[in-house]
Amino acid sequence: MQNNVLGVLKEHESKLLTIWSQILLDSGSGDGAMEEEESKEFASLFLTALAKSDEKYENSQEFEKVQDLIVGISSSRGKRGFSPRENGQYLISFKEAASQILSELIDDPAKLYDANLKLSTILDNMMIMTFEAFMKGREDVISRQVDEISEISTPVITVWDGIVALPIIGTLDSSRTQTVMESLLQQIVDTGSSIAILDISGVPAVDSLVAQHLIKTVSATRLMGAECIISGIRPEIAQTVVHLGIDLSGITTKASLASALQTAFEMLQLAVVKKRKIVE
Amino acid sequence: MERIPILKMGDFLLVTIQVDLYDQLAENLESDLINTISKHSSKGVLIDISAVSIIDSFMGRILGNIAVMSKILDAQTVVVGMQPAVAITLVELGLSLNGVISALNVERGMDLLRSKMHISDNEEQEYDDDNE
Repeated sequence: MQNNVLGVLKEHESKLLTIWSQILLDSGSGDGAMEEEESKEFASLFLTALAKSDEKYENSQEFEKVQDLIVGISSSRGKRGFSPRENGQYLISFKEAASQILSELIDDPAKLYDANLKLSTILDNMMIMTFEAFMKGREDVISRQVDEISEISTPVITVWDGIVALPIIGTLDSSRTQTVMESLLQQIVDTGSSIAILDISGVPAVDSLVAQHLIKTVSATRLMGAECIISGIRPEIAQTVVHLGIDLSGITTKASLASALQTAFEMLQLAVVKKRKIVE
Repeated sequence: MERIPILKMGDFLLVTIQVDLYDQLAENLESDLINTISKHSSKGVLIDISAVSIIDSFMGRILGNIAVMSKILDAQTVVVGMQPAVAITLVELGLSLNGVISALNVERGMDLLRSKMHISDNEEQEYDDDNE
């Protein structure tokens, strides 16, 4: 008992839990049942580890388990939308609750100081891990979203038999252009289309790099044996292109998707005719 | 020595590349093809590269050369069935193969060649008419 000052906390687990959840509730960073479950598990595992370990409270297998748990908890809290502050608050409140109990248990100031210091070291270390895990959880979310965006951002639409259209929305960068080019060419092969319309009305700005990418895409489509029309060029973009001195003369460009489709029909020797009204 | 077969179909020549081309094979193809064009005085060459999955700058140049050479011998070259990856590679290499006409598949390539022939026939006829 003398050696393991922090081990005594195990005997006051339920009290600690009550104080802890009260502090969490007061700080407004709790979210109900799920958290209670997590807290219970963490407190029990942590206090058991404390009780079982030696004076130095390190190199223990029990602590590894606790660390795994807290890493899991914090990354799940990150995914549930907690702010980093709230996440940090979680362990700080635990420390607060624990030292409150310690001060009730230990009368000797020197001993109390020593116990608190040890507790702080362990918990601070854990807090760093928590932040790392929290960040990682957030990064996972972001990278998943990036993947999703790049997947949904290149929809190739078959607008007519032999005509595919690809509306590009958002900024074009190298990796995105690569995906755009690949999916467009693949779709041309799959559908056997001979005309591709690239609609850039959703592209906010065109710089020389983007124009370069567009020219490359058009060249690649030509190599495949299809014709490429670029549509949806806004006046500002036309201005920028000319100011940058980019030569788009070899590329068929149209102002709107409708006129691009019209051109495509002409190329395929198709005509859209209005049905004659039946006169009664 | 391994050679790529060159098939004669009327006024056209059909070359189907079924294996990955190495440099020597490509050079042989180039000279064989040009010789065959001049022998049969063909009007069009159709090169099917749908089975080619890897291409390098050398191959790209050979294709361009074939197109220019056949043009001199009055034959139109059509490259058909290019894989998306090959097209991207060629563009990234900066080889847009400007002299080469492309088509999606052999069928369309043939149509394209025929329509080109047709146009040039008409031109000749018009020319004849003018003479009369």
